[in-house]
Amino acid sequence: MLAIVDYGVGNLFSLTCSLRAIGVEAAVTGDEEVLARADRIILPGVGAFGDAAQALRRTGLDQVVRREAAQRKPLLGICLGMQLLFDYGAEYGRHDGLGLIPGSVQPIRPVIPADYKVPHIGWNALHFPKDRPVSPLFRHIREGDCVYFVHSFYGTDCDEHTIATAEYGPELTAAVARDNVYGVQFHPEKSGTVGLSILKAFCEL
Amino acid sequence: MITKRIIPCLDVKDGRVVKGVNFQGLADVSSPVELAKYYSSCGADELVFYDITASAEGRALFTDILREAASSVFIPLTVGGGIRTVDDFDRVLKCGADKVSVNSGAIRDPSLIPQAAKRYGDQCVVLSVDAKRVDGRFRVFAKGGREDTGIDAIEWIRAGVKNGAGEIVLNSIDTDGVKGGFDLEMLQAVCDVVDVPVIASGGAGCIQDFVDLFQALPKVDAGLAASIFHFGEVKIPALKKALAVEGIPTRL
Repeated sequence: MLAIVDYGVGNLFSLTCSLRAIGVEAAVTGDEEVLARADRIILPGVGAFGDAAQALRRTGLDQVVRREAAQRKPLLGICLGMQLLFDYGAEYGRHDGLGLIPGSVQPIRPVIPADYKVPHIGWNALHFPKDRPVSPLFRHIREGDCVYFVHSFYGTDCDEHTIATAEYGPELTAAVARDNVYGVQFHPEKSGTVGLSILKAFCEL
Repeated sequence: MITKRIIPCLDVKDGRVVKGVNFQGLADVSSPVELAKYYSSCGADELVFYDITASAEGRALFTDILREAASSVFIPLTVGGGIRTVDDFDRVLKCGADKVSVNSGAIRDPSLIPQAAKRYGDQCVVLSVDAKRVDGRFRVFAKGGREDTGIDAIEWIRAGVKNGAGEIVLNSIDTDGVKGGFDLEMLQAVCDVVDVPVIASGGAGCIQDFVDLFQALPKVDAGLAASIFHFGEVKIPALKKALAVEGIPTRL
């Protein structure tokens, strides 16, 4: 059973529908026992880093997610859910994340050319790092396939765990992985068949 | 590299897709859900569902259709039409919309944009503007293009972005339905004053019009059209191939 962590942040309608489309019924839950029983977990999220991190802590789900991840259960953070995996975020002040991926979350504005727009919204091509094997998360897609992004902050100082980037001036972190913990900056549930293929690969881990 | 987006717009009334020519003379085209699936399968980058229903029953039917479309189409969906309050945002976002477009609702109550942006984020709020030349200026029109508000379109858009609109859809009434190309002059004037994505609407008649749009105005992020897609005059795979041949970044 796949569980989507419900901590009161964001709209999970599209995500549950996209999983259903690949034949996976997901439990949307904030219940510790259900998360413990799940064989894999998705951590979604939209909005600001600080608010979401606080909501996770207030519900105690930060500890639950860390504990389940420590038991080698596949975990996938999506968009802000991916950013929350990092050590900390610098959106409206410094806020601690889950510390599952070393690195931090910083604004994209200072690192992109002046005429590039923020947020980075739209379909962009995924690039895989040349110096390592392609992540199992991408086993059903190809280098250069496009996915849908909407974000103003990005994960950085995480080269060692970067499994995909997207060019927006510089190459920005598009996906990370560390052992059983995965994170994607883009929205697989809004990325057409490519996105569904990524979700399918996660469900096969 | 970020790609240019191609966006079919589905005007929905009483559960069916319609398209006006210069906003008049509606003609039934097809089922919104079937059309949405079709467009998604042939490479549309995003879809706009525009609710032009007036009645409460029609509105309920629209949200049912939206929910069904969002359950079977996995690309971004923008919803517009009849969005007057933050509760309207809530209603369509719960049914699977990713972005919500405001037009007359923001003219009636300009605080709608900052309120919605604060609650859902700038990226969720699309300011859609119907504009037309009046005495050498671009003027905002309301009520589906029938009523001159007297508001200067460029100032209106500048203020909207400052208040939290994360994206602009500029529909030129002057070129809408004419199929003679997008209104490059009006779009240029808007691109000059905002730094959020600009979506061009109104006037596309053939593939070349999209090529001209993106070549003339690199700051335009997307091209939106309705009837030329609905009637198959422009096929999205051929359009995207033509853009790629011209070196315009596109998702194939």
